Amino acid sequence: MRITRLTAAVGALALAMAAAACGGDDSGSGKASGIVGKASSQKKLVVGVKADQPGLGLQTGGTYTGFDIEIAKIIAKGLGVPETGIEYKTTVSANREPFIQQSQVDIVVATYTINDERKKVVNFGGPYYVAGQDLLVPAASTLAGPEGLAGKKVCSVSGSTPAKRIQTDYKDAKLQQFDSYSKCVQALSDGSVDAVTTDDIILAGYAAQDQYAGKFKVVGKKFSDEPYGIGLKKSDTEGCNKINEILKASVTDGSYKAAWDNTLGKSGKAAPELDVTKLTNCS
Amino acid sequence: MDVFSDPTNFETYKVGFLWILKLTAAGTVGSVVLGVVLAAMRVSPIPVLRGFGTGWVNLFRNTPLTLIVFFCYFGLYSALGLELSDDIDRNNYWLGVVGLSVYTAAFVCEAIRSGINTVPAGQAEAARAIGMSFLQTLTVVILPQAARAVVAPLGSIFIALAKNSTIVGTIGLMESSSAMKELINANGDAVVPIFLVFAGTFALVLIPTGYLFGWLANRLAVKR
Repeated sequence: MRITRLTAAVGALALAMAAAACGGDDSGSGKASGIVGKASSQKKLVVGVKADQPGLGLQTGGTYTGFDIEIAKIIAKGLGVPETGIEYKTTVSANREPFIQQSQVDIVVATYTINDERKKVVNFGGPYYVAGQDLLVPAASTLAGPEGLAGKKVCSVSGSTPAKRIQTDYKDAKLQQFDSYSKCVQALSDGSVDAVTTDDIILAGYAAQDQYAGKFKVVGKKFSDEPYGIGLKKSDTEGCNKINEILKASVTDGSYKAAWDNTLGKSGKAAPELDVTKLTNCS
Repeated sequence: MDVFSDPTNFETYKVGFLWILKLTAAGTVGSVVLGVVLAAMRVSPIPVLRGFGTGWVNLFRNTPLTLIVFFCYFGLYSALGLELSDDIDRNNYWLGVVGLSVYTAAFVCEAIRSGINTVPAGQAEAARAIGMSFLQTLTVVILPQAARAVVAPLGSIFIALAKNSTIVGTIGLMESSSAMKELINANGDAVVPIFLVFAGTFALVLIPTGYLFGWLANRLAVKR
């Protein structure tokens, strides 16, 4: 068969258009302003959550469970969205800002630490929980805190804030990085690393998993503060204030405590006090 | 672009690409040595060696590289205790080189075998006629001609190897893709520029490499 110039050009054009079509999924929700408007007009909410963190956001089959999920349900309820109207979308640490900016999600509840760089691009409701960096070690380990890490192998997720803190503040520790915490925990149970470090409630979630029951313990010495916020569009100040109102109400009506008791509280840790005076991150 | 004017960020970027260079260099050496040996096995008159070569190629060519690299850490190091260096980064680096080499060797082997098929049968027959052994025939007569025929496909394999090196990030080496993730995580306001700089660096180095191999292929080709 002879390929003429014309057919070749048409073919190339068709390919280019197909490629362009792949990236062009704009759900066209531009008209409703902010999540408050969208929630009341469409009764829908798309929530970005983590899928691999037991106790916080864990996907098993098609369902998500965890503390972050319960918080998302509280927010949705406060906005007047029924539970069936919530759509969960898996996010990882690196794509949370882009997902918010491109309207792929309405809010993000995904162990999302509030910090100044992130505040430049997104708005934060909350914090709904203040976590802190801690260490997960084998049950028999004598490691008592970050000071004992010198010469020890400690594992965290590459590019994460906890990994960076080890590199800058505890230079004598040997840092092993993986792209997920599940690999770190696997390496810890094999004995190829001495400790896993990240936010305490994430570690508590892993320690409480059935297959590791009794094998690990959380050291319990926080060495940082990580306020978890609910991310949404930078321009949506109204939605941000609304989220803070809902969080305040959830403390009074007990749904915040219930959310904790049904998820992370199962490990025996008492529900934290939500400090409502700190809900001041909206811009 | 002001993300990269910060010295620590620039350091992350530089270190990331240095690891990629080192991985590609060591991976190229490892995979060429292994690949040539495997190709020799696959054309050898000994059935056991032929079977081994075929088995290797079928096993590693059809296994995702992520799994191979993952196995290098959790299988070779974690479970079997194979420690290649005391330093945690060096250890991960060498484990990654092992993974990249055994994987890429399968492709190098197949490229060279296809090159061997371009050498006319008369060459091998003539070599045998003057009393050369199998190894002599292969190394003195066949392989030099075969190698010159497969410069272009080998170039493609090495370019793929350079990009595949990013997979070693999965076992914790701070190569460029992990470096990119770190920068994006810390600079949520500059995701697109960071991505473009990393992708651009690869393109900037690899596109000329592609042309270089194309030019070499032309120059070295055996004119028949």
